[in-house]
Amino acid sequence: MSLAMLFEAWRAMGANRLRTFLTMLGMVIGVGAVIVMSAVGAGTQAKVKDSIASMGSNLLIVLAGSMSSGGVRLGSGGVQTLTVSDATAIEEMDTISAAAPTTSGSAQLIYQSTNWYTQVTGTTPSYFEVRDWEIENGYPFMDSDVRGATRVVVLGKTIAQNLFGDEDPVGKTIRIKNSPYLVVGVLAKKGQSLDGRDQDDTAIVPITTAQTKLFGTQFKGVVRFIMVEALGDSVMDQAEKEMGELLRQRHKLRESAEDDFTIRNLTALANTAQETTKAMSLMLAAIASISLLVGGIGIMNIMLVSVTERTREIGIRIAIGAKQRHILVQFLLEALMISIIGCLIGVCVGVGGALLIQKFFPISIAVTQSSILISFAVATGVGVFFGFYPARKAANLEPIDALRYQ
Amino acid sequence: MEEVIKIRHLNKNYHTDAGEVNVLKSVDITIEKGEFVAIMGPSGSGKSTFMNILGCLDKVTSGNYFLGGKDTNALSRDELAELRNHMIGFVFQGFNLIPRQNLIDNVALPLVYAGMKAHERKIRAKEILKSVGLEAFGTYLPNQISGGQQQRVAIARALVNRPKLILADEPTGNLDTKTSEEIMQLFCDLNEKEGITIVLVTHEPDIARYAKRLVNFVDGKIQHDGPTALHVKENA
Ligand SMILES: Nc1ncnc2c1ncn2[C@@H]1O[C@H](COP(=O)(O)OP(=O)(O)OP(=O)(O)O)[C@@H](O)[C@H]1O
Ligand SMILES: [Mg+2]
Repeated sequence: MSLAMLFEAWRAMGANRLRTFLTMLGMVIGVGAVIVMSAVGAGTQAKVKDSIASMGSNLLIVLAGSMSSGGVRLGSGGVQTLTVSDATAIEEMDTISAAAPTTSGSAQLIYQSTNWYTQVTGTTPSYFEVRDWEIENGYPFMDSDVRGATRVVVLGKTIAQNLFGDEDPVGKTIRIKNSPYLVVGVLAKKGQSLDGRDQDDTAIVPITTAQTKLFGTQFKGVVRFIMVEALGDSVMDQAEKEMGELLRQRHKLRESAEDDFTIRNLTALANTAQETTKAMSLMLAAIASISLLVGGIGIMNIMLVSVTERTREIGIRIAIGAKQRHILVQFLLEALMISIIGCLIGVCVGVGGALLIQKFFPISIAVTQSSILISFAVATGVGVFFGFYPARKAANLEPIDALRYQ
Repeated sequence: MEEVIKIRHLNKNYHTDAGEVNVLKSVDITIEKGEFVAIMGPSGSGKSTFMNILGCLDKVTSGNYFLGGKDTNALSRDELAELRNHMIGFVFQGFNLIPRQNLIDNVALPLVYAGMKAHERKIRAKEILKSVGLEAFGTYLPNQISGGQQQRVAIARALVNRPKLILADEPTGNLDTKTSEEIMQLFCDLNEKEGITIVLVTHEPDIARYAKRLVNFVDGKIQHDGPTALHVKENA
């Protein structure tokens, strides 16, 4: 292969510009589609992965209420079955590292002239451990705060930014439902949850404070759910089973009675979500690859036409001394040039398209280097694969038949 | 004398729908270095078929063809390509230049397949274009020059790799009388000054007169083979 042969292939491509362009378009669309689709896939995957990581690891959630045929019955009605002492009992199990009883409600937060309406969660210090949630600034509240039901609050990043701007919130006092609360810490940013909520838009207070001072409740010590962290991935199932037995025992349920609580394995759910997005991105890429295949067939088609059209030229070349490999390489180079240039343009179009999508739609996009490299490899493969048959057909022409061809 | 072409009991059959057709019938001929042979004969008598075999473009059905002492039956396709590249220059009736390439590239093409370096090719192609009087047209495309000029380019291409043998099938078939004479003069010079062996097919006795030896084909057989009766110099 020499420069002259490359130039020759270039000239042959230029001889029929519209045709070359249309053939290339097939590759451009194919490669562009693969890049955009895998960018969407990779973006979604990354987002799901982040959300999962932000949830906390080895997480189990115990919800009040039973899982009846229709789903979980929840609400303020008759299902106030979980208590803070259930959580304490769970925390003492061998397979459990922490358990945080949780209750929540909405409230208005006010700092000077700024106010913010948000969800306030009442829980214990275990919550930060269960959720793997770091305190960025200040300290979490303590068990003593829970015991004494003190008016302290830990703010999520979003609230801290909205109420305080550039000011340091730690040590300041805000008002929640007209009572003063001391800000003791600010949580590190977690970002969106799997269902798209902003996890940082939250304020956390001791559970006793929430129950007695903030929301008030008829049944003291009752919680909506308990967040539990198992000791490790391997004991998740065991922990789930033993926790169920413990709760049935504590709630004095008879053999025949249904559970009055529901345990959810969030890690399993998260894994499913991850598998699903992975499958989705693979499928997207596969669908896009079909257009790459179609582009390849387009190249083969046009190369066959080109070989037929140039039969006489091939005859002349063979007559004056071209060996089979010269002809083979000539036509292979042409096919390769179309596919590689098409691929280059396709990469530009794909990356551009991905950026545009990111700009105008609320979809996570991640153009990966590997998708570009793979596109190149596949496009080259397509060029060689679909170019080979026409090129071999040209190289195998009998000199006399090719020369006589009208 | 050195034998350039030696043919023994050559038969050529074509398969057609109507069955096997015997186009060349037991042809024997020897052509030596420096000869200038004109082949004549009625249409369909097998002249082009014969030329294609001389050019190693077509295979014999039976018999032997020795080109420069080599038995062409024993050579592979690529070996034949190499032999054509070094030994033979082709001049066709239809010029057969490559349309997208300029004249220099057309002339240099055999050198590409001979593996010569690009800048050497260019020098050689220009040199040979000059010798056929077309040095000013190097960057023209074939469709930008006249038929006579195109045939000169084709001859330049045939000569570029310094062949021992030039095969020309009706090289003046598409040209007017005056241009034909110019082309034939070129062939005469090559034959006399460079000692290149030339085999040429023509229908016109005026053209055949430039050659030194005349072979007449009738119905696939050599009917007459001898010196050309009236040599061009005697006419001049
Ligand atoms: N590919 C082929 N298949 C079958 N028959 C062929 C083929 N090529 C040539 N023939 C036959 O062989 C015979 C000789 O053909 P050829 O072309 O050699 O004649 P020619 O002497 O060159 O004629 P012309 O002066 O018209 O060019 C003709 O009868 C022709 O029909
Ligand atoms: Mg003929």
